[in-house]
Amino acid sequence: MMKLRKKGLLGLLLVLLSCLFLTACHGARGLNAFVMPEEFDESKEYEITFWAKNDTNKTQTRIYEKAIRDFEALYPSIKVNLRLYTDYGKIYNDVITNISTGTTPNVCITYPDHIATYLTGNNSVVPLDELFGNEKYGFGGSELRFDGPVKEEIVQKFLDECIIGEHYYAMPYMRSTEACYVNKDFVEALGYELPEVLTWDFVWEVSDAAAAKAEDGTYLLNGQKVMIPFIYKSTDNMMIQMLKQKDAPYSTGEGDIELFHDTTEELLYTVAEHVKTGAFSTFKISSYPANFLNAGQCVFAVDSTAGATWMGTYAPLSDISEDKFVEFETAVLPIPQFDPANPKMISQGPSVCVFNKPDSQEVLASWLFAQYILTNEVQIAYAGTEGYLPVTHKAQDSAEYQDYLLRCGEDNQTYYDVKIKASKLLMDNMDNTFVTPVFNGSASLRDASGQLVENVTKSVRRKENIDDAYMEKLKDDISSLYRLDQIGKGKNLSGEKEDLGKLPKTAVILLVSLITVWILIILYVLWDTVIKKKLSNVGR
Amino acid sequence: MKKLVVAVLALSMALALVACGKKADVKSEGVMTHAEYVAAELDSEVVIETYVQAKQSWWDNKATVYTQDKDGAYFLYNMACSEEDFAKLTPGTKIKVTGYKAEWAGEVEVVDATFEIQKGNYVAKAADATAWLGTDELIAHQNEFVSFKGMTVAPSTNADGEEVAFLYSWDGSGQDGDDLYFNVSLNGETYNFTVESYLCDNTTEVYNAVKNLKVGDVVDMEGFLYWYEGVNPHITKVTVK
Repeated sequence: MMKLRKKGLLGLLLVLLSCLFLTACHGARGLNAFVMPEEFDESKEYEITFWAKNDTNKTQTRIYEKAIRDFEALYPSIKVNLRLYTDYGKIYNDVITNISTGTTPNVCITYPDHIATYLTGNNSVVPLDELFGNEKYGFGGSELRFDGPVKEEIVQKFLDECIIGEHYYAMPYMRSTEACYVNKDFVEALGYELPEVLTWDFVWEVSDAAAAKAEDGTYLLNGQKVMIPFIYKSTDNMMIQMLKQKDAPYSTGEGDIELFHDTTEELLYTVAEHVKTGAFSTFKISSYPANFLNAGQCVFAVDSTAGATWMGTYAPLSDISEDKFVEFETAVLPIPQFDPANPKMISQGPSVCVFNKPDSQEVLASWLFAQYILTNEVQIAYAGTEGYLPVTHKAQDSAEYQDYLLRCGEDNQTYYDVKIKASKLLMDNMDNTFVTPVFNGSASLRDASGQLVENVTKSVRRKENIDDAYMEKLKDDISSLYRLDQIGKGKNLSGEKEDLGKLPKTAVILLVSLITVWILIILYVLWDTVIKKKLSNVGR
Repeated sequence: MKKLVVAVLALSMALALVACGKKADVKSEGVMTHAEYVAAELDSEVVIETYVQAKQSWWDNKATVYTQDKDGAYFLYNMACSEEDFAKLTPGTKIKVTGYKAEWAGEVEVVDATFEIQKGNYVAKAADATAWLGTDELIAHQNEFVSFKGMTVAPSTNADGEEVAFLYSWDGSGQDGDDLYFNVSLNGETYNFTVESYLCDNTTEVYNAVKNLKVGDVVDMEGFLYWYEGVNPHITKVTVK
């Protein structure tokens, strides 16, 4: 798990890489647009690469490997090479590097935010609309050798998250959201009753109470020297979800940045207030929420539902030694809300895109594999490795998956209750999830959102004064760091030619002049030829 | 009274260093000694002079560097650094660093730092940390370049439930090129050591040496005494005895 800390370092690179990538692509020759072949040519051998992300979880690795073996048995002419990553940032970085050298993978786990940048390469990513609907090889196609879902069996909301511009450039693979993992015993010890849906006010109040210390410097609640009552793993999600819950602007679909306004500032002041009381910290500043929660050093730990196997007294995965674990009841609740009657939470999780290649048959082979990982066998197995949710109704409604959910708590491995409760949380809240607009640069805006929280938290810990001047400087620093003034606004998302609007007057004059000169030259040449011909005829 | 205690501590430290045959670092005006750095509160600003021992990574004008002076070590995480300056940070290079003291999962480090290169050179010799394992002494040497001698490679369990000498990634979920994790034991206690792939990638001698380890091999090792929820040395050299 430790290695994942490198994500922070990689995250900061994204903006820079995007810019470099755009520069590198300028004038570069792209691929021709993918044209769907009539038939899949099995007389040829194909070797495709699949770049996959796992959550540092060996079961996930084994599921990928088994899926590849099973697929290769069905399609002996296709060999799939697996390359594993443990964070999305590294995949993004490597894809960008490989687009410029023409060595992209064939199939890649990714985020739609990242695809928006990949699309700035000409035809680098295959639009999937035609492949989805192909009678033979599309969803439910007549020539498929596996029982995949038909399009209607994929959760429409998750599928829609993969529309970028006007096309599907990805398909969902797994979905998760964030959950608040709560030490219920601590909440009750402080004299509070845990509500079904947490509010921000409740979490802040309990957290402030949990930060109370004894005279000897230990915390009254746990008797230890360490206590972070409320810790948040992904502060970009934290800011994005708070803004959404408050119906406050973030960005437009076209890429106009709307992050900086009074509501954002108000939220940051609130964060600052509770950092000051010792109630709040973040993953980037302190460490993994699970490590504090499991050691009895945290009351509210917000992390992905895809991290549920690390949470709780009996967590099957852990980074801390057994002697540090404490016994407590873990409640798995939606993230805190401003309006509990109208909860809102992020939809996240891996999607899959298919990269374009000069050989359309190779692309078709890639598509077949990408589609294979939507079969029930892969979906149900992978979803069970963490608090993920399969992305197809076909898998969600299957007897096998329903049985899995019903056996919640039967053991502390396959049926670990915290993990299954996390999956159910998303299943029950699919209609309450949202995603942020995707455009070239949206990944940077996301990072900037989190950095606001990180900077304020660090500054308070360093006893800096948080006031209007601080906020103004913070806005400038973050805008500059993430180049927010250079992203979005009509950047092309499909590799197609951009409508650049009317030509400037000077350009029109120049073009008209050039055309006129050319016409005159041609007329002169023609006139000259005719005259010479006439003269030569006269001479005969 | 406090002043007296500080004076006694400083004197005893100086005497101890003399006894060790090692001269304490003389710091410039406004620069902390290692003892002052250790005593500084978390999240406070620190100014140190130290010497580069190894570089872990450079990315987006940020460098992560293992450094040490004659009195102790400092781990510099994501320090502002141009690519050009990064190339100048060869082992032994003296730098003056201004940043904030922080702790992440037990690892005490300097973050949000800037630096300037200074005149001077010092490459630390590996201190033998074998006897410190399992004692409170170990954490006092956090991030130092150390050696471990005569430890025995103990089994790790891979994805198939088999006992192996090392794992790609902490649980065997990784591939060649990822961090290597391996267990070594001494006096009945087992410790988990790491070959950090950013520090020593799969082209290095140590990476390949660990890939060739067998359970039961007796090894001498060198590396940096990194911390992650407990001691987690970043190994840079392995010799099978």
